[in-house]
Amino acid sequence: MAELLFWPALLAYGEAAVAYAGDARRPGSMGRLATWGVRIGWLVQTALLVAQAARADGFPWDTWAGSLNLFVWLVVGAYLIWGCKPRFRLLGLVVMPLAALLLAISYAAGGVGGSGTSGYSTLFLVGHVGLVLAGFAGLTLAAALALLYLWQERELKRRSSTVLRFRAPSLVTLESLFGRTVAYSLPVLTIGMAAGFARLRHGSQLDPLIVLTVLTWAVYGAFLVLRFGAGWHGRRAAYMTLAGFALVVAMQLSLHMGHFA
Amino acid sequence: MSLVLVGTSHRLSPVEVRERVAFDLAGAAEVAQRLALDGEAVCLSTCNRTELYLVDTDPEAAETRASKALLGDEVELYRMTDEAAALHLFRVAAGLDSLVPGEGEILGQVRDAYEAGAHGPVLDRLFREALRVGKKVRTETAINESPASVSSAAAALAQQVFGDLAGCRVLLVGAGEVSELAARALAARGATIAAVTSRTQANAEKLADAFDARAVPFDRLGEELERADVVVSSTSSPKPVLSRDLVPGHGRKGRPLFVIDLAVPRDVEPDVAQLEDCYLYDIDDLQAVVRESLSGRRREAERAEAIVDHEAERFRDWQASLRVVPAIASLRERAESIRSGELAKAESRLEGLSESERRTVESITTQIVNKLLHLPIVRLKQAAAAEGSGYVEVARDLFGLPGDESVDQSRKPRK
Repeated sequence: MAELLFWPALLAYGEAAVAYAGDARRPGSMGRLATWGVRIGWLVQTALLVAQAARADGFPWDTWAGSLNLFVWLVVGAYLIWGCKPRFRLLGLVVMPLAALLLAISYAAGGVGGSGTSGYSTLFLVGHVGLVLAGFAGLTLAAALALLYLWQERELKRRSSTVLRFRAPSLVTLESLFGRTVAYSLPVLTIGMAAGFARLRHGSQLDPLIVLTVLTWAVYGAFLVLRFGAGWHGRRAAYMTLAGFALVVAMQLSLHMGHFA
Repeated sequence: MSLVLVGTSHRLSPVEVRERVAFDLAGAAEVAQRLALDGEAVCLSTCNRTELYLVDTDPEAAETRASKALLGDEVELYRMTDEAAALHLFRVAAGLDSLVPGEGEILGQVRDAYEAGAHGPVLDRLFREALRVGKKVRTETAINESPASVSSAAAALAQQVFGDLAGCRVLLVGAGEVSELAARALAARGATIAAVTSRTQANAEKLADAFDARAVPFDRLGEELERADVVVSSTSSPKPVLSRDLVPGHGRKGRPLFVIDLAVPRDVEPDVAQLEDCYLYDIDDLQAVVRESLSGRRREAERAEAIVDHEAERFRDWQASLRVVPAIASLRERAESIRSGELAKAESRLEGLSESERRTVESITTQIVNKLLHLPIVRLKQAAAAEGSGYVEVARDLFGLPGDESVDQSRKPRK
């Protein structure tokens, strides 16, 4: 059942990615098709996750591939908060190809099947894995917004004559949004990390992943202090968001190599 | 009843000709009333066109009346009828016949002309449809979204930086007409014209009054820059008036500064653009944005044409269906007279029926008639749209209906 739901979800995300590309070339009905692709794909993926949860004994996304599946769902869900608005369609051009690609990787790596064989309790896994992934999803979206900010800022600086052709949110809106998205995501990540630390046995050694996690947290923490305390803004703030996201990507890859192994 | 259009526009006549046949709204209403006679008439008169839309049983007479009203002997006019006239009005309302494709003002002008006209069933439908098509084109395409003038391009770019311009403070450097146009475009999008400075203080005060802004001495330009979000500069100074040193960095606390330099020679030193969070556009940059925007509008116009064509076709079908209205009315009348006549003949045999039973008999016979007529009426309407009036004549012959009295003569034009 779960596997059957994978294909329509992937198809809808793929359709949304292609339609967003079409909409960027020629704004209009393609944008609406893309939005419907995102909505339908997300609903189908929700059904897929529900089917997985119903079939599994414990937490069904306790493998790297499974967590990727959940991560995609969280990213697309977070995107849907703004993504339906026409001005945020360019953001979909960044988010949806990534979502489709990661969902396909998750499927290829067996993340769509059942699992729940972890030795940890379901409550712990929901608290730790679920919240860390939700935090990552928010930070991914913040990175996409920062990327869109940098692109738009460059176009305006270069005085590009086509800057008005693509309907994108204003610089001020984007800057405010990626700052706020980090501000909401970091506490979620912090609670997820705290749940993980609480399960560390006394005398356990800190593995490189934990160090990387703390480093990521520190970068985003510094971002918030500089952004809202010291008035960092514009390009510097956007680059710092992207630097933090590079660490998030490194963590995702490390999870594959170590944490879930 | 035929729809006739006679008019002239910027495509056919220069302004010195168009102004001879231009009417204000009251004049357009008067012309429409005068030309309508027993039919319908609407006069659409804008700075780019004057067009008369008439509905009459005698299209040639209507065309002659309209041509005379528009000085047909001296002014070059176009003439169209029925579907072509409807298509033309739909294109006009969609902004496809405008100098700047998709411009929005024309939709309001079409509405005003419609409201001032002597419209009956045909023009009522035509103009309502035209207004709907105009809105549809603007909703479903991006034809009106990009700026078509330097001042609107400047305002659109400011929105691209700040989003909502409400609360944005604009500083005008120079108090000429160019500054004023840009200020109006920014104010129309919600920006506040906060201060005006000019080398001639009296000019600054005059323009400041128009926007309820402050006039500040020219030597206080630096201080004002600290408070401004958008700067519009268009002085006639032979040297730059705004240098990199003058633009405050720290005092702005990260707020972007959008500088619009509309002057030639330029007022703003180009290296101002190097400052962080500062976006500088000169007149060439803005003209390039407008050129790109107009080419975008032309691309969108192709999509808009398809929408307009489809809607004109629908109007043609509706207009064709009007031809069968008298025939359908005659058919229903004839059927009803047969039904009631037969019931009257049977009156003696129905005497014993109760009131309720009589109502049942009435209802059953009415239903039989309606069901028998339903399919022929549907087919008549379809055939009228597809093949013209030939089918109607056959129906008249088959059912022995009286001759054509055309569309709804009883419905006189309003006004």
